Amino acid sequence: MPTLTENKSSRPAARSAGRPLPELIFGDLWAYDPSPETADAKLKPRYDLFIGGKFVAPSTGKYFDSINPANETKLAEIAQANAADVDAAYQAARKAYDNVWGKMSGRERAKYIYRIARLLQDRAREFAVAETMDGGKPIKESRDFDVPMAAAHFFYHAGWADKLDYVAPGRKVAPLGVVGQVIPWNFPLLMLAWKLAPALAMGNCIVIKPAETTSITALKLAELLQDAGLPAGVVNIVTGFGDTGAAVMGHAIAAKVAFTGSTEVGKIIMRSLAGTDKKMTMELGGKAANIVFDDAPIDQAVEGIVNGIFFNQGHVCCAGSRLLVQETVATEVLAKLKNRIKVLRVGDPLDKNTDIGAINSKEQLATIERLVAVGVKEGATMFQPACKLPAKGYYFRPTVFSGVSMSHRIAREEIFGPVLSVLTFRTVDEAVEKANNTAYGLSAGVWTDKGSRILKMSTELKAGVVWANTYNKFDPTSPFGGYKESGFGREGGRQGLLDYCQLV
Amino acid sequence: MPRLPITKTPKVYVGGAFIRSESARTFPLKDAAGNFFANIPQCTRKDLRNAVEAAAKAGPGWARRTPYNRGQIIYRLGEMLEARKADMADALLIGGASKSAAAKEITATIDRLIYYAGWADKYEQVLGNVNPVASPHFNFTVTEPMGIVGLLAPEEAPLLALVSLIAPAITSGNTVVALVSTAQPYPAIVLGEMLATSDLPGGVVNLLTGFRKELVPTFATHTHLRAIGGVASADERKAIKLGAADSVKRVKLSKTEEPVDWFSGKAQSLYDVRDTLEFKTTWHPIGA
Repeated sequence: MPTLTENKSSRPAARSAGRPLPELIFGDLWAYDPSPETADAKLKPRYDLFIGGKFVAPSTGKYFDSINPANETKLAEIAQANAADVDAAYQAARKAYDNVWGKMSGRERAKYIYRIARLLQDRAREFAVAETMDGGKPIKESRDFDVPMAAAHFFYHAGWADKLDYVAPGRKVAPLGVVGQVIPWNFPLLMLAWKLAPALAMGNCIVIKPAETTSITALKLAELLQDAGLPAGVVNIVTGFGDTGAAVMGHAIAAKVAFTGSTEVGKIIMRSLAGTDKKMTMELGGKAANIVFDDAPIDQAVEGIVNGIFFNQGHVCCAGSRLLVQETVATEVLAKLKNRIKVLRVGDPLDKNTDIGAINSKEQLATIERLVAVGVKEGATMFQPACKLPAKGYYFRPTVFSGVSMSHRIAREEIFGPVLSVLTFRTVDEAVEKANNTAYGLSAGVWTDKGSRILKMSTELKAGVVWANTYNKFDPTSPFGGYKESGFGREGGRQGLLDYCQLV
Repeated sequence: MPRLPITKTPKVYVGGAFIRSESARTFPLKDAAGNFFANIPQCTRKDLRNAVEAAAKAGPGWARRTPYNRGQIIYRLGEMLEARKADMADALLIGGASKSAAAKEITATIDRLIYYAGWADKYEQVLGNVNPVASPHFNFTVTEPMGIVGLLAPEEAPLLALVSLIAPAITSGNTVVALVSTAQPYPAIVLGEMLATSDLPGGVVNLLTGFRKELVPTFATHTHLRAIGGVASADERKAIKLGAADSVKRVKLSKTEEPVDWFSGKAQSLYDVRDTLEFKTTWHPIGA
């Protein structure tokens, strides 16, 4: 039998003013019937490097294990590339650029990119399962968001390849040559698509390195690139750790490097390339404010808050990790938020009903635990639902800190996990001041029924993406990227394309 | 007896006021014939920090001006320069320019200001757009000025290059702290006097005279400078990029060793305006 949060009448008349409605809590009273996704991810036991259109063994002969964070089992072995392998990838890319891709008409390039989009759609279910097993994200997210959005990015950018005269009005554009890219583990396939699609449409060739914990879907995409008949060397995928990434960023052939990852590593890359003429784009960290005004549709806002911070276990650079709520509605919002969090399902990422999957790696789990301990120590009030966590694997309960002040580390540092810090404000000006009082500037959320206030907030917030009465929405046509220490350059839309070309 | 003329004490234009360096240091400037002309302020890192503070104060107000208003103010600056061509020609002659070269540089500078004045209320229409997202949302991308921009002017074309760097940045509402030509600082001193009589609010453009070696490191590391532009040597570029990493500053520098033709049509561009812009995308659901 379902039960109520408290043993009181659910009739509205029985409520005191401002008190939230009792909510249905399923708790453990109903036995939960698992509904796992069973499609075959078609994984190979071992993945080699993808260089010059072929899978090749790493020159070191070394492989490392890719672990399923949901149950700590080994999924596959991944090749560890060294500087020589990275160099081979760049030579292949250079050759492909000089001989084939750089000379090809935009119309023909477009067809290849369209093919990639279509082939990915064909195998979407398989890719979604692989993505979830490799990274720990809920299958409903990889199935409904990551994979279709990755395909959409290829499809959108394909159409640009023969329309580049319209990218920079008044000027002609030309490709840069070979570009080096390093991507993170939070959206492995989607980030790959964000990086490859605009670069390919512009006529560049690519050396890309996926994150060490999430290389599998990149290498599955390599199979698909072969099926698409993409000329050898146009896209080269090298796998490994930080040193491999450094070799990709620092290679002499790279005309431009694009990095998505932490601000800390972004700064290291910027310093290491200071003496070069390489173009750069950086997609770095964030500590987004999600601002709820007292006239907001509160129930919708609560859904937006939950989606803002718990989407992909909070492993999202634009996560709404700082909730700024107007004092007059703070109690109500917090109460509703807690009730909502109580019914989130945390557990097996392959289960179609799972809301919060596994934390991507043991290391990331330790980082989250460390920062949460700091939050408790600094005096914030912690709330976690009493959900059961699987015995094996890396999991973390959705966590809400209230009573947080701007100086708390959990209000300043990117946690990259399902941890929300709640702060309050009284006036519009105070909301703006608090929202902007951060070194980051990637995204922000605003919840209000007042149109003029939305536009005022959107103007004042120092962030590259502002979600008004919504959160965590993405689209290939919509430029994404940060202000300040969240990086520079945009991905998506016309603006994103311009970062992969030169004006001539 | 002929009348002894009154010589001018050159002061730099910072925060809408004319200052000497806080250090009270100067360096002598000789005219083209090698005679002593005047003592130019040798601005310090502290002067640079003060200038950034002035630019920070002026920034929000300038960015909030309507594009039409910013366009008119930049146009007005062109009017000021046109009316005082003779003063500016004299300033350029001190640096060794011929009369015809000075006249050419001044008219090119005026035309450049008029070019950017016209962009003020148009660049948004070319660079921003509505995005046709595949969901029921209205989604649009607009530009915003980055904030305070640090500019390093080259030694040559002491007026035209300086204005070619300043104008695109302020067109969109940025404020500027510029290090002017060390070899030929005087045209920038006179430009400051014209800026003061234009309608440009104090602090929007701040001009510093002095030595690059002394000031470039602070340009590189000052966290309130959101972008660095202009012209720099290989060593300076490296130093600036290293410093820029600390606060993820935007850097776009031309190379001293590959001189820019400031008179060319390519030295003015919508994309120079774009270089000091951020792009902001706003989403809102479409519904009832």
